[in-house]
Amino acid sequence: MDATLSGTQADQALASAHKPTGKVSDPIFVGLLWASGIFVLVLLGLIIAMLFEGGLPALQEFGISFLWSTTWNPVTEKFGAGVMIFGTLFSAIIAVIIALPLSFGIAFFLTEIAPGPLRRPIGVAIQLLAAIPSIIYGMWGFFVIVPLMAAYVQPPLIEWLGPIPLIGALFQGPPLGAGMLTAGLIMAIMILPFITAMFVEVLESVPPMLKESAYGVGATTFEVYRNVSVPYGRTAMVGAVMLGLGRALGETMAVTFVIGNATRMSASLFAPGSTIASTIANEFPEAAPGSLKLQSLLELGFILFVISFIVLALSRMLVRTKLKG
Amino acid sequence: MNFAPDTSLDIAAAVNRANGVPSTTKLKVEKLNFYYGDNHALKNINFDIPEKRVTAMIGPSGCGKSTLLRVFNRMYQLYPGQRAEGKILFDGADLLSKQLDSTVVRSRIGMVFQKPTPFPMSIYDNIAFGVKLHESLSKAQMDERVEWCLRKAAIWEETKDRLHTSALGMSGGQQQRLCIARTIAVRPEVILLDEPTSALDPISTSKIEDLIDELKQEFTIVIVTHNMQQAARCADMTAFFYLGEMVEVGVSSDIFTNPREPRTRDYITGRFG
Repeated sequence: MDATLSGTQADQALASAHKPTGKVSDPIFVGLLWASGIFVLVLLGLIIAMLFEGGLPALQEFGISFLWSTTWNPVTEKFGAGVMIFGTLFSAIIAVIIALPLSFGIAFFLTEIAPGPLRRPIGVAIQLLAAIPSIIYGMWGFFVIVPLMAAYVQPPLIEWLGPIPLIGALFQGPPLGAGMLTAGLIMAIMILPFITAMFVEVLESVPPMLKESAYGVGATTFEVYRNVSVPYGRTAMVGAVMLGLGRALGETMAVTFVIGNATRMSASLFAPGSTIASTIANEFPEAAPGSLKLQSLLELGFILFVISFIVLALSRMLVRTKLKG
Repeated sequence: MNFAPDTSLDIAAAVNRANGVPSTTKLKVEKLNFYYGDNHALKNINFDIPEKRVTAMIGPSGCGKSTLLRVFNRMYQLYPGQRAEGKILFDGADLLSKQLDSTVVRSRIGMVFQKPTPFPMSIYDNIAFGVKLHESLSKAQMDERVEWCLRKAAIWEETKDRLHTSALGMSGGQQQRLCIARTIAVRPEVILLDEPTSALDPISTSKIEDLIDELKQEFTIVIVTHNMQQAARCADMTAFFYLGEMVEVGVSSDIFTNPREPRTRDYITGRFG
């Protein structure tokens, strides 16, 4: 009986020793943490709801064909997202196509070839590319790249590749400088650091022993890279590319400067076009409150949100997937 | 303690007497020094590795035995700051010579690692990968080569129906035997085994040991092991390393029953290490 009593007393002593500090502050702290977590979800939900609700009248007016209609005429108040969706995807894909081989090269160079003292400076330089504000890229693209493209890149390409059937369609039109290819090029430079950083991470995660095994049967550096390192990190690398694609899809300022801002659709790499983001940036100041144009722009925003969301979700999923047996 | 070349010739002769089949020196290490940056990891190593025999290298962690293994196939050259001085004569030609291409060295001196390292591809491709780097074989010849080396590695029966499935789905012991098959496939003359059973269960370990016994008919085998019973069971010759020096080398039965050096005796009786 005594033993039980003293046991209970000991329990009480222990409980009271722990109570005072956490009794009041802990639930508040936990509550705040819950609130922070919920806040993100609420914010995201509100943004989606606002975009959807704001754009709903445009969708009701033009129907589902808003998605592929290529008319964008503020005068007759006929709007369609076709040109912008096409431009967004086209320019982003060009950006990825240009950035991908460069990222592969840089990542491989940094992880396998570069001598120790050179690794950090190059790595930092690439990180700094990501730190440059996109408006700077836009101005640089407008004043430097656009004239260069118009003078030296586009004329010979139009002359040599234009007449070829099928692929010639990509190289048509006057050499304006501004256009899809230029926009893709600028975006490629902008997404390069992100893709490269993730490639480096993936390549560094390849077990050294696995690489040594490949070297051990007499493989050269390139053979090890192509047959072992890249297949090992393949899924995560695809995820990295998707993440780059996601960034390119939403890029606004730099693209607005160099894409030409024409609401026409063309298969040519040199034709001016527009993306969802550049159209919103250009036309928003001229859209009156409550006008059909504003509603169409909000609907465009919603579409961009959905496209980016799908691409980013897919990339997250792939980056996280580890190679399994 | 270092051995003059004539002493090591005596050892080869002793190995021959112990086995009854003559053997010549396959790898001859001469005055080898190895550095990790400023760290002097191997100090003036001299010894001979007899052909078609199993030579074990034992010693406590950090004694340099794995380092020596990585010098044999020039794996250390992948890492800047690591360098070797001295000579390793491979059938009389210096392995460390700059004229010799390291991919050629590695195809003639294969290596199996502590842990199974299957490539992220099918069982068949794991083997074909190395072969394709050095030879251009027809499909039929390649099929034959794959079967040949899988049989040699005693894993053919378990894999013949799933050659084109991922190698990552095999058990650890099977993966390690696949790695041995992959090494054999390139038809090397020497096989380096770096603690090949340290990640395996006892049954898989005994299969690998049986395999080593089979393989020495055709290949010269050098094995690094922490398991002294394994060295005693598998190896014809054993070398004991301590703090970057080779303390003693000799016929395994002598080393384990009657070591000349007190440091060897202390290590194999478990007084340190």
